[in-house]
Amino acid sequence: MPEPTADEPAVGVGVAEPAPLLAVDGLTVAYGAVTAIRDVSLTVAPGEIVATLGPNGAGKTTLLRTLAGALKPQRGTVTFDGRPLAGLSPEAVVRRGIALVPEGRHIFPNLTVQENLVVGGITRRDRDGLREDTERLLSRFPILAERASQLAGTLSGGEQQQLAITRALMSRPRMLLLDEPSLGLAPIVLDRIFELIAQLRAEGATVLLVEQNVHRALDLADRAYVLSVGAVVASGDTDRLVEGELERSYLGISGTDRSGP
Amino acid sequence: MSPSEFVQQLVNALSLGSIYALLALGLSMVYGVLGMLNFAYGELVTITGYTMLAMTYVGAPFLVVAIVGVIAAGLSSVLMELVAFRPLRNASFVSLLFTSFAVAQLIQGAFRQAVSVRSRGIPVPAFFDDAVQLGPVRISVLSIITASIGAISLIALTTFMRRSRSGLAMRAASQDFTTARLLGVRANRVISLAFLLSGILAGIAGVLWIARTTSVNPTTGFVPVVQAFIASVIGGLGNLRGAVIGGFFLGTLEVFLQATLPGSLLPYAQGASLLIVVAILYVRPQGLLGQRVQAL
Repeated sequence: MPEPTADEPAVGVGVAEPAPLLAVDGLTVAYGAVTAIRDVSLTVAPGEIVATLGPNGAGKTTLLRTLAGALKPQRGTVTFDGRPLAGLSPEAVVRRGIALVPEGRHIFPNLTVQENLVVGGITRRDRDGLREDTERLLSRFPILAERASQLAGTLSGGEQQQLAITRALMSRPRMLLLDEPSLGLAPIVLDRIFELIAQLRAEGATVLLVEQNVHRALDLADRAYVLSVGAVVASGDTDRLVEGELERSYLGISGTDRSGP
Repeated sequence: MSPSEFVQQLVNALSLGSIYALLALGLSMVYGVLGMLNFAYGELVTITGYTMLAMTYVGAPFLVVAIVGVIAAGLSSVLMELVAFRPLRNASFVSLLFTSFAVAQLIQGAFRQAVSVRSRGIPVPAFFDDAVQLGPVRISVLSIITASIGAISLIALTTFMRRSRSGLAMRAASQDFTTARLLGVRANRVISLAFLLSGILAGIAGVLWIARTTSVNPTTGFVPVVQAFIASVIGGLGNLRGAVIGGFFLGTLEVFLQATLPGSLLPYAQGASLLIVVAILYVRPQGLLGQRVQAL
């Protein structure tokens, strides 16, 4: 097992942790000439919920998409469960145990709810396990169960988000990447989504969360990293962050009208 | 047109329509998954024809000739993707379009050089020319066979796309390729599968087309595939159900215009049918069942 976090992160976490499940070190990703994230380092321990905060354009989505294999980093390493991850294709990353729930949900609108779930479990061959998981997850979401044979495009936004998360869980991931799960949802629906994430945590899930809704994210997460213009500007336990750097770096930036693209 | 004539023409329309439908499906399937128009698709029909010719020379019975023709088209399609299109996986739409033109020219040129510019006859079983009398209606055996094989192929494909995991993965990939990959759908595998199925469809349509024309030349695939392009555009490119509807629509239009136009106007049948297509696209630019192009 290689040492996951030998180097000091750009902004120290300052917490000694047992071997992290995910260790990102010096990650730099660019779209052509535009650098989206620069030298980002972070760790996520097993069973932890870690939030990534920051204004629009800070590079949060880029970070998650890179971890999921949808973007190729220019520099840096990603270690998952002690093995390198950077450079793998998305279909290989999900087989290693990381599932991304993309921003904007991206359910397959012309497949039924049931079919969406089957695609979610496409990496698995155990028919019985798949059937059990489908039943278990559907029983957790009565709305999805009711609409199992309905086209997913006909679901409401909140239902689609539930489906997107459920679909990602079908691969039995060891780590879930959630990109803006509350985006565009009504407050009451939002409660359900956060309840769901809290439930997942109770079941021992490891989650890296990107979220615009800072207060909800801080309530939920153990630790947070604050990104600004592609770099980590603050990090630490969520209760400490609320009082500290967060308000300056994040709220300060989003409070002005320069919140960027 | 008498009722019995109408039934005869209807069977002819279903027969021609099913050939167009199979080809339109094959084009639409690759377009749906990869977002590319494969202009070398007609060459798969041509390859089917020459394979049938070769099999005839070695004296194989027609059923074997036909099956080997279909297999050749399926394999050629997969090979075409591997050799010509895969290296350009992230190239622009236009680059891929031109590459497929080049592939079409290469294949046509190869057949011109290796065989001949002129048509070669392919013998088909004599009973294809027979007709069965059902009461007052006389229907050609070939039309019945063509329509039946078309229907069986469509049902088999639909079942595959709906029931199998691979079919489901393909449908997911054609709706949202990146998300499908994020869930574990293997990009190369799903693309190869799309080309294999699309090639098999071209092979089946090719056999049915050769059975009508009983000959093959280096540009054999051109006419039916142009019609199939039109059919898939009518139905809405990338929409499989639309491709089938477009194919049958175009086949029906062609057959009934041929049957009803007075002799002096017959040369304009093709033009008239295209005019109707233009009218449809004027009202629905995205095709009958097509959706607006999705943002990536």
